Amino acid sequence: MSQLLPKLPLDKWVEAVVDVMDDQLGFLFDLISAGIGGTVDLFHAVLTGLPFWLLIVLFTVLAYRVGRLPIALFTFIGLVLIDNLGYWENSMETLALVLTAGLISVVIGVPMGIWCAKKDSVQNVITPLLDFMQTMPAFVYLIPAIFFFGLGKVPGVIASVIFAMPPTIRLTNLGIRQVPVDLVEAADAFGSTYLQKLLKVQLPIAKTTIMAGINQSIMLALSMVVIASMIGAKGLGADVYRAVTQINIGAGFEAGLAIVIIAILLDRITQGAGKRKKA
Amino acid sequence: MPKIQVQNLTKIFGQRPHRALQLLHQGKTKQEILQETGLTVGVSRASFDVQAGEIFVIMGLSGSGKSTLVRMLNRLIDPTEGKILIDGEDIVQMSTEELQKVRRKKLGMVFQKFALFPHRTVLENAAYGLEVQGIAKSEREKKAAESLALVGLAGWEKSYPDELSGGMQQRVGLARALANDPDVLLMDEAFSALDPLIRKDMQDELLELQSSVQKTIIFITHDLDEALKIGDRIALMKDGAVVQIGTPEEILTNPANEYVERFVEDVDRSKVLSAEHVMKRAETITLDKGPRVAFQLMRERGVSTLYVVDKRKKLLGVLTADAVNQAVKESLSLEQVLRPEVPVVPPQTLLNELFDLVASSDIPVAVTGEQNRLLGVIVKGALLGGLAGKVNLETQAVPTSDEGQVNVQ
Repeated sequence: MSQLLPKLPLDKWVEAVVDVMDDQLGFLFDLISAGIGGTVDLFHAVLTGLPFWLLIVLFTVLAYRVGRLPIALFTFIGLVLIDNLGYWENSMETLALVLTAGLISVVIGVPMGIWCAKKDSVQNVITPLLDFMQTMPAFVYLIPAIFFFGLGKVPGVIASVIFAMPPTIRLTNLGIRQVPVDLVEAADAFGSTYLQKLLKVQLPIAKTTIMAGINQSIMLALSMVVIASMIGAKGLGADVYRAVTQINIGAGFEAGLAIVIIAILLDRITQGAGKRKKA
Repeated sequence: MPKIQVQNLTKIFGQRPHRALQLLHQGKTKQEILQETGLTVGVSRASFDVQAGEIFVIMGLSGSGKSTLVRMLNRLIDPTEGKILIDGEDIVQMSTEELQKVRRKKLGMVFQKFALFPHRTVLENAAYGLEVQGIAKSEREKKAAESLALVGLAGWEKSYPDELSGGMQQRVGLARALANDPDVLLMDEAFSALDPLIRKDMQDELLELQSSVQKTIIFITHDLDEALKIGDRIALMKDGAVVQIGTPEEILTNPANEYVERFVEDVDRSKVLSAEHVMKRAETITLDKGPRVAFQLMRERGVSTLYVVDKRKKLLGVLTADAVNQAVKESLSLEQVLRPEVPVVPPQTLLNELFDLVASSDIPVAVTGEQNRLLGVIVKGALLGGLAGKVNLETQAVPTSDEGQVNVQ
């Protein structure tokens, strides 16, 4: 199509905004950077500080407690295989990144979801924002993330959080809104405060739905952490990336398999934790 | 002083409700206001007093505003206009904190669908009202257990609501409301979701309980029988307005207007409606047809029984699918497989006399008029439909005499 109007300089505007933000909010970014970096390092230190066989036992016990025997068996065999293939170090690096991104998604996403459920106006603003966050190609987030935070794990985590947080917000909102009206009325009728109603009635009843959201967020975080290896986040993603650039099928498969194992493990454990256990 | 005084209480649903208030003051009806403004009048200038220790029943059909009215009494729904004085204090003017205090101390509520918290045990449910008041665990559990014992649920404390039957769940609902020891119980169609026998038991138990605890009870129902049974006084609502307040006797013997009169009339539909109101057209056949015709007819009409009549529509018997099948296989005539004994009732039979017969019969019961002429049949579903008020007038026409004439290719 011929140009009836001159092209909108949208790219320039975005760059200008990013410039201003970088100038004015530099200290804030430093603070965020330190916080995220510290969290990743902490997870990493714990995961690599403990001997691998102890971690395998711990994960297996955890999987058995929230799930059932087959999941525990899978966890044990999968982790032993990862170690055997020589991807233990990098797997723990990836896990540290995913856990950090997942944790931030929950810490920000759940309160956001609660806020959306409380006010329709908030929901109306947030929903299109979430659509934007989820449909914008994930690679695009890497660019401003690099700009503000440089290369490495911090921009990787931030890009992952942006990409992974929407399901937690959405499903927290949905879960709370789906609490049957008469239960909310009952909570009100007996004189609950807003906080009591939320903590004693709405959140417990919405728990399964919220956990489904968290589960999705963690899965998305994992997929994004892999992509984030392109900007220097270490871990299994870097192995895959290297294998791709070298067209090394064998190494690519091994690293990919390690990611799949971790994905299934995280999925089953978070899903299991969402299901209510009753005596 | 009355325990509760409701004055001019009005609720209008929709944007900018004050537009409708003026019209309401001018005496316009709910329908006129809906047409002019698009706003729905939920409750229209309701006024009444409730004395301490009284069971005050608010009755009306669905959409009459009774549920909205009861929800305004504890401000689950905020009124558009009017006053609600509880012990002389207007709760409409109260701040959130004051309101919470009144809800905790003075108002208990029981819900139609029980509204028990599924993640809490029976004991934790019953203790909820005390828990939000910040009462220590041991004390609130003691009170909740007492309350559960009061409604006959001792021993069920550790169960979860979904492990209980409907009647038991509503006892938990009642225990939860009683545990706070409130002055006023709001019961919103509390027994409507229970099956009839349990409902009757619960009504009896509520009356028995009331004689010992002496609460002020506001009881919402759409069931006149229930209202008459438990109400000290009854307020009848229509289109959001209270049309009559009185004792059960007053309402029955001296209905204020035509609406109340009609309401009182159909106290029990099964004692008013008769077989001809609920019967369906019968699929019929004459005996000169062969079994294959009968078979074809059953298939076309999707029925498993055919009623055999003569040319004058006199009922001769019934053909079941099995019988027709047998006739086709063994080349018998229809007459040989005809089942002459058919349950039969006259068209004036009242529904409540029909239940046993319809329930115990394996085929639809035939309705016959003079000289055993077949008028129609009663299937189980239609009988229930009749009780729910679905009366079909068009089926009263007798099937025409060429009904059974089916051509087979």
